[in-house]
Amino acid sequence: MDAEPSVRVEDKLYYNRYLVDVGRPHVKVRAHTSPSPQLVALLKACPARCYELNDEGRVEVTVDGCIECGTCRVIAEPTGDIQWSYPRGGYGVLFKFG
Amino acid sequence: MIEERFDAIVVGAGMAGNAAALSMARQGIKVLQLERGEYPGSKNVQGAILYADMMEKIIPEFREEAPLERHLVEQRFWMMDDRSHVGMHYRSDDFNEERPNRYTIIRAQFDKWFSSKVREAGVTLLCETTVTELVRDERERIVGVRTDRRDGEIHADVVVLAEGVNGLLGTRAGLRARPTPDNVALAVKEMHFLPRETIEARFNLKGDEGVVIEAAGTISRGMTGMGFIYANKECISLGIGCLVADFQRTGLTPYGLLDQFKRHPSVLPLLAGSEVKEYSAHLIPEGGYKSIPQLYGEGWVVVGDAAQLNNAVHREGSNLAMTSGRIAADAIGLVKSRGEPMTATNLSLYKKMLDESFVIKDLKKYKDLPPLMHTHSQNFFLTYPQLISKAMQNFVRVDGTPKVEKENATLKSFVKARSWTGLFGDACRFARAWR
Repeated sequence: MDAEPSVRVEDKLYYNRYLVDVGRPHVKVRAHTSPSPQLVALLKACPARCYELNDEGRVEVTVDGCIECGTCRVIAEPTGDIQWSYPRGGYGVLFKFG
Repeated sequence: MIEERFDAIVVGAGMAGNAAALSMARQGIKVLQLERGEYPGSKNVQGAILYADMMEKIIPEFREEAPLERHLVEQRFWMMDDRSHVGMHYRSDDFNEERPNRYTIIRAQFDKWFSSKVREAGVTLLCETTVTELVRDERERIVGVRTDRRDGEIHADVVVLAEGVNGLLGTRAGLRARPTPDNVALAVKEMHFLPRETIEARFNLKGDEGVVIEAAGTISRGMTGMGFIYANKECISLGIGCLVADFQRTGLTPYGLLDQFKRHPSVLPLLAGSEVKEYSAHLIPEGGYKSIPQLYGEGWVVVGDAAQLNNAVHREGSNLAMTSGRIAADAIGLVKSRGEPMTATNLSLYKKMLDESFVIKDLKKYKDLPPLMHTHSQNFFLTYPQLISKAMQNFVRVDGTPKVEKENATLKSFVKARSWTGLFGDACRFARAWR
């Protein structure tokens, strides 16, 4: 098949309902100067594309669109690269169909 | 927060948690169930197929009330390469029976209904409550949970961990390891809405008949993975999942894979004109028998996906979840009826009963298959599908080439790609793992 097409994930997330816990992100990235291979993997593996590389070449997370699958936890929590909890009760994604 | 004393706390309101809570309440056990979602189902993601036999054992009359989509009369397996699929279809009018065997469901709707039955049975359900920690006593026994509510510590004789594949509590408390990238798959899914008649026409269905398509091959681009297409009443659930370790290794994106699956020439016409209404993702336990953790301890048991109880070969999970929940409840009920404490020794009854059920027997049967698929994914998910597609095309295309030459060409392509030893080895390995 061709090279991976550019899919607009933000358009997909637009279908979903969220209750964002403003100022209390449930996933945090550990401060770093250059990202570990695990953090770099999250740029592609996160299905909601919550992880992005900033201008300084560091990995940042924005949890607003998180669909709470736990993939990043499985990849990057063991190395201490991220801290992962579930959102507070009632917050986060609200699936209508699931 | 809660002054009341409960016999049991169930963490989670998915299939396993609901089955456990309901089955305990029916035995007169006082149950508190905690769910982090706004309502039960709002955090739960599955394909989804409901297995009637296991559901009947919990709610015999579920067919009359539950929000079911379609009963399955047809199963299609597709082995795909980039432009084709080789299919095996099984369709039988036998499945149009009075009490059908399998249904498609929509989890958020089904779980809401399931939960209403749980509450009717007397379970106290607290939603929008995330359990943050297990509480231990001075002897290291689990005696309750801590939640994110104010003064949120609640005590009970036993805690049933039905917290799902990504359960944090058990890991944080050191009861089991965190899932590893090579024993969980990440699946992404979209809900495609279409008029009911359109779905029935495209899938050759009448009334509430349903069909399931399971697809493997080059769609996972050499990774261990599968795609699925389930016909619901007015929508199609479509998704694809691969091992997290494979995503990590290849740098391929889940949404890119989903997009290519949707654009495959065998899939595209099924979706034409649909409106997408949700995009979700979920981890699926794929490690099988060898990844099952310790199932019980002092004051706790673990059920469902949190215990990795998923049959990756048959794509069964929710039935294993609800059965493990029910069996855990029965074991707890027996211990309680004897007036004995919820110690590890007494709760080992749960494992003993589960070992005797189809849950552990099935997982044991396939104990060597997940490692085989994971280490030989290039062959099983890329090379063979391509070879088989070429062989089929060679077989059906009429172009004046003598049949003997065609067959020789097909054979040669297999030997060239995998060598005689490779072919023989793959066949033996697969047969051994399957048995």
